[in-house]
Amino acid sequence: MSVSTREAYGRELCELGKARRDVVVFDADLTICTMTMYFAAEFPERFFNAGIAEANMMGMAAGMASTGKTVFANSFAVFSTGRAYDQVRNSIAYPGLNVKVVGTHAGLSVGEDGATHQALEDVALMRAVPGMTVVVPADENETRAAVRAIAELHGPCYLRLGRAKVDDVTDSLPGYGFELGKAVLAREGADATIIAAGLMLQAALQAADQLHAEGISARVLDMHTIKPLDNAAVIAAATQTRAIVTAEEHNVIGGLGSAVAEVVAEAGLGVPVLRVGTKDVFGHSGPAADLLRAYGLTAEHVAAAVRAGLGRA
Amino acid sequence: MNLEKQAWLGRRSILEMVRASQSGHLGGSLSAIDILTVLYFEVLNVDPAHPDDPARDRFVLSKGHATPALYSTLSARGFIPEADLPRWRQLDSDLSGHAEMTKIPGVEMSTGSLGQGLSAAVGMALAARVDGLGYRVFALLGDGEIQEGQIWEAAMAAGHYKLANLVAFVDNNDLQIDGCVADVLSPYPIGAKFAAFGWQVSEIDGHDLDAIRQAVAAAGADGKPTAIVAKTVKGKGVSFMENVAKWHGSVPDADLFDQAFAEVDSKIGELA
Repeated sequence: MSVSTREAYGRELCELGKARRDVVVFDADLTICTMTMYFAAEFPERFFNAGIAEANMMGMAAGMASTGKTVFANSFAVFSTGRAYDQVRNSIAYPGLNVKVVGTHAGLSVGEDGATHQALEDVALMRAVPGMTVVVPADENETRAAVRAIAELHGPCYLRLGRAKVDDVTDSLPGYGFELGKAVLAREGADATIIAAGLMLQAALQAADQLHAEGISARVLDMHTIKPLDNAAVIAAATQTRAIVTAEEHNVIGGLGSAVAEVVAEAGLGVPVLRVGTKDVFGHSGPAADLLRAYGLTAEHVAAAVRAGLGRA
Repeated sequence: MNLEKQAWLGRRSILEMVRASQSGHLGGSLSAIDILTVLYFEVLNVDPAHPDDPARDRFVLSKGHATPALYSTLSARGFIPEADLPRWRQLDSDLSGHAEMTKIPGVEMSTGSLGQGLSAAVGMALAARVDGLGYRVFALLGDGEIQEGQIWEAAMAAGHYKLANLVAFVDNNDLQIDGCVADVLSPYPIGAKFAAFGWQVSEIDGHDLDAIRQAVAAAGADGKPTAIVAKTVKGKGVSFMENVAKWHGSVPDADLFDQAFAEVDSKIGELA
């Protein structure tokens, strides 16, 4: 099956609405894109369209949450984290309100709409906000689990979702379980570790397969929670394998790669950390797959980074 | 109770807080204190013994820098111990420079980044609808603050959702940091703008307690959110501060503080 994480989110949000009457949803004229349309149709009394006014939407979400609701506030990632950054920071995160800031259409895989709509710094922005949990699920199964988990978490959270359909990856992982802040060991390996989030998890697993054929044993960690980061899993990777490669559909500045590098450096573990991501540039219009290739976000790029990290380039 | 005297006691408390901290916003606190006094002593259904009552009315200080007015009023209403006020803005105090909801009972929203409080108030007013509760939500905006575009996003939403349980005061003291609001970036006509967004509007003297009472009593009658444009005087009650932009955030020296207290105490004495 191939389902976008936004579609999985929209379906699971509706299920959540059935189970919990305290769930209230806001959207900014993108219900058919963020997939809040399922919830809106089922629970019109708990759904509010803010119109194309994201700043006010975040403020309304904060006020709603102050009365004890679990609020999901939705837009494209570039708007929910960028356009409304100050509202997320001051009205939601500073008072620790229970608002889930949802950003769909994150990353290059937005595709043809181009750079204005391709959030490549949203994780960096949200990760730097005190108290904010940051979750980047990889596929349908993980997205549904993430929605359930963040609904149980009391406090602000950023959920990053994609537009493009992505293959199921996590449901075939042996013993898969989703726990916020806990990396999933997607593949065991002894030589290097690939730490991936979002749609790059699939690329990471494909890279591990390619490397295996070359005699390189690559561990793969599914780091769906960027904050709080699973420091123990990173330190284990840095002590048990000889190189770390991070893979994210995001700028190499401020996201998963930065977070991993911080942990490795602070622990004084001298393994190389190579970051696969966009190299501090804006995106471009084009088909998603072409963009991912052009910006170096494929399994081949991840595999090449592992070889480089092991000195086999 | 003598509400006018209470308002002047509030002015005294505002001065004491700023003198103790040697920082803070006097002008816009003195312009707003009459509105806050009427709301907290006659209008709002709030109880310091049950600050989390789901059915309580809410007040959001959208102009979040006016904490001297809010905290002194909350103290007079029993939400904040009076002894805590002199530590406002200090490292060991929960009373921060701008309004902070997590540590102070009675503060309904953390504010300070201008333009955001009205949106939160709209969210609260919608929550009353979701929960089938009859509470009302009040917000106090600055007239400089309404230069923020988010205010008009919120105004549009409140009008669209016909939030008759929402009342927004505009503290129209006509001054902001850089001078007259009309000169910096004119928000006028204020009432007509809110009316165009689907609000019921009244324009009053923001220091006339009866006018404040009457405007609140008439709020929501049209089934719309209500904007009360309250013409006020920045620095009201201290002669040298009145209508002087400098006293937005400046702190008087000791002699000027003595003069300010003398003027306010004289007024309090007259009202005894």
